[in-house]
This record gives sequence, structure tokens and C-alpha cells, in this order.
Amino acid sequence: MLEMLSYPFIQRALIVGTLVSLCSALLGVNLVLKRYSMIGDGLSHVAFSAMAVATVMNWAPLTMAIPVVVAASFLLLRLSGNSKIKGDSAIALVSTGALAIGIFIISMRSGINTDINNYMFGSVLAISKSDVALSVILSLTVLVLYVLFYNKIFAVTFDESFARATGIRVEFYNMLIAVLTAVTIVLGMRMIGALLISSLIIFPAMSSMRLFKCFRNVVICSAAISVVCFFSGVALSYEYSAPTGASVVIINIAVFAVFCLVDYLRGKFTAKDASKSIIKHN
Amino acid sequence: MKKPLISCKNLFIGYENITVLEDISFDIQRGDYLCIVGENGAGKSTLIKCLAGLKKPMSGSIEFADSISRRDIGYLPQQTAIQRDFPASVREVVLSGCLNNSRFIPFYTSADKAKAEAHMKELGIEQLANHSYSELSGGQQQRVLLARALCSSNKVLILDEPVTGLDPLVTSDIYSIIGNINQKHRITIIMVSHDVDMAVKWSNKILHVKHTVQFFGKTTDYSKSTLGKSFMGRG
Repeated sequence: MLEMLSYPFIQRALIVGTLVSLCSALLGVNLVLKRYSMIGDGLSHVAFSAMAVATVMNWAPLTMAIPVVVAASFLLLRLSGNSKIKGDSAIALVSTGALAIGIFIISMRSGINTDINNYMFGSVLAISKSDVALSVILSLTVLVLYVLFYNKIFAVTFDESFARATGIRVEFYNMLIAVLTAVTIVLGMRMIGALLISSLIIFPAMSSMRLFKCFRNVVICSAAISVVCFFSGVALSYEYSAPTGASVVIINIAVFAVFCLVDYLRGKFTAKDASKSIIKHN
Repeated sequence: MKKPLISCKNLFIGYENITVLEDISFDIQRGDYLCIVGENGAGKSTLIKCLAGLKKPMSGSIEFADSISRRDIGYLPQQTAIQRDFPASVREVVLSGCLNNSRFIPFYTSADKAKAEAHMKELGIEQLANHSYSELSGGQQQRVLLARALCSSNKVLILDEPVTGLDPLVTSDIYSIIGNINQKHRITIIMVSHDVDMAVKWSNKILHVKHTVQFFGKTTDYSKSTLGKSFMGRG
């Protein structure tokens, strides 16, 4: 098992994957709580198209996809804020629309090839040497910005009206979350796959919310789950020669199930104590 | 008469092309406890959103005295669906009220933390500090939101129906807490209220709106007026 660490492509995947897992776990907590879980899914479809078109045209996929997906995330936020098109349908519009355009252009030029297939389902081989530096810089930027704005992001997620009334620039922070999400998705999707990347955003957050009721603990636990699941997933995929993305998601499903079980059992055993303490506080 | 703390002049407020409120003018003095009452859908919450800066009036002006600015206003909004299952401890929620004072500092200072502790103590929720906000009772949640609003301002509090869905005992509890804040700290209170009896009991001024201003003045005058009597007798 340990010999897998000696392959340079796995080393690259582990470096980039760890950082991307951290980013997606942190942002995921906010996206899930803001009821924006599907934004990840929508953006990954846009990213798929952008990368596919870039591949067909022989442009650099990463540098092409990031600005396109960031623009799409702005568009999604705008549409979600618009009362005429509701958030979930806005995401469906943008994601399927982008996918259709992407597929059309691909089929005109080359048809579905291995690269395109890898964007769909992810491949551990996708991270080239030149991508590592860019991915590391971008994901570290995402992490630093998240930590710096952590308190304000919390305030904006918990209560937008209050945050706005106290002079926090809510639109700016919503944009920030959207941009950071866009960057994270583009970085992660080639390894995990466009169809699966949103699970990296949703699963760790959902799992840690089963057990923790305090925002900071949820964020920390979610980051830990995400990284552990990523490593176990890579090991699983190495062992069974399965795609990395699917393996990581399978581990995430297992963790979610375990956390749900623990939550259920805890609820059963402490129900009496909890009701006592609430009566006392009243 | 003193210069008012907040002065609303000829406000027209609405959504798109529909005017909800017309020609609203009133003054708020420092230390006032103003309750805004009226039927459901009369535009009370809309008016208060304008005061809190969440919504722009279509025309008219809201002027603040030199001693305060928009950022000296603490706001207690109606609860949202998101908050019902939001994992956040009481301390985290209360601390988030301090953010407006530290715009360029990314983290909470020890002064912020002390302020949050003091307000939690004042509202009797210090023993709940590490509890989850979503698991508290309705009355406790309102105390938490009040503590947060106090962290954000010690001059003006704007409250949007803080007692919706609470039982009568807890309701009168929350009113007396707000009354205390008003009297002890001379914090100006502007509150939308469903419960006109409680509003009359605690406030010193009443603004009754129904598309336009129906009544604005001292609470004692309101309870003597025909409008006040009929509105109170209704419930």
C-alpha cells in the first residue's frame, strides 16, 4: 500500500487533493447552510464544458476554466437573488445550458475522447506537473481568505439581514463565497470528476453536522473528515484500480452513515438528560 | 423641543410599483420606546427595514442626529428558516454582533469577548454560552438575538416583532427585558409589535400605520383615542 506514495503522479494528486479537500469542506459548511448545496453541482457542469472546449481548442484547461466558472458563479448568485427565477431552477438552467453548449462544441471538433471522459468521472492522472503550482497557490489563497473572513462569513451565513443592518457588505461576502467555491471546484473536478465534485462539498459538512452543534467545531470536523476521506479514497482506488473520485465519495458515504448512526444512538441515550436540562434553564 | 435622534420625513415605501406606505413622517427622540402597531400587512416590517437600512424608500428622507450613524443601530430581525437547524453556539451568535466595530480586524478582540460575556450575563443566558442556538426555546433564542443586537449598538435598537410565536408568559418576559434595556441604558427602542396591549403597557410612543400614519404620539394619548380603543378592544 505504501509503495503508492513513491509514484510522482500520486504525490501530486495527494498534495493538490488535500488542499482542495480542505477548501471544499470549509466552503461546504456555508453552502449547505445557505441552501446552496447544488451550486457546486451547477458550477461543475460549467467547468466541465469550459475545460472540454479548452481541450478541443488546445488551450490550457485550468486557466481557461477558472474565469468562466467564476463568471458563472456571479451569474448564479444574481439569478438566485432575482425573485423571478428561483435559486434551484437558476442553477438547473445554467448547468444544463452550459453542458449542452460544451457537448455541442466537442462533438463538432473531436467527439468524446479520454480527456473529456476524465473530466466527467475524474482521474488521478489528471494533475500534471505544471498544474501543481497553480493549484497549490490558488487553494492556499482560498484557505487564507476563508480564515481571514471566517467571522464575517459566519455572520452573513447565519443572518443576512442582521449582517446587512450592522454594515457588513453582505453582497461582497456572498460573492467571495461564490468565487472561492468556483475556484475550488475547478481545481478539484479533474481528479474527482464533474459529476462527483459537489459531493466533496456536501458530504463532509453534512456528516459533521450530525455530531456537532457549534459552527467552529462543524467547520474543523468537516475539514478533518474531508482530508481523511480523501486519503482513504486514494488508497481504496489504488488497491482496486478504481477511479479516485468514486472511491473518495464512497468513503464519504460510509463516514456519513457512521455519523448518522452515532447521532441516532446518542439521541436515544441522552434524550432524557436533554429534556431535563432544558426544563432547568427555562 | 430637542433635536430628534431620527427624523423620518414624507417617506414613500413600496415594492416595485406598489406603494405600501405613503407620506410617513415622525420623529424619534433619544430614550424613546416607540412601538409600531397596525394590522397584518400594514407595512410595519417594511417601514422598520427602511429604518435599519435594509431597504431604500422610494422617496422621502430618514435623517440621523449628528451623534449617531447608521452603524449605531442594533437590529433584531425576524427569524429565518435557515436558523432553525443552524449549528452555532450561543457565544458564536452573540459575538457576531461585535463585527461592525471591527471592520478591518479579522478576528474578535478580547474587548469584543468581554462585551459579549457582559451582555449574555445581563440577559441571563451566560450559562447557555456553549449550548447550541437551534436547540434553545423560543424565548431563550430571542434573548440571544437581543444580546447580539446589544453588542452591535448601545444607542438604538430596532426590533421586528421579537415575540412572534412565544407564549404569553415568555412574551411579557421579553417585553420587560426590553423595557429594562430602554430605562437602564437609555437605549432608544423602535419595535414592531403584534401585541398592542403589551405595546401600550411598555412604550412611551405609538405609531399606528395603515398605508399612512393613523396615529403618532404619546402612548397615553393613544390609549384614550378612538383608534387606540377600538384596536385594543379587538384583541
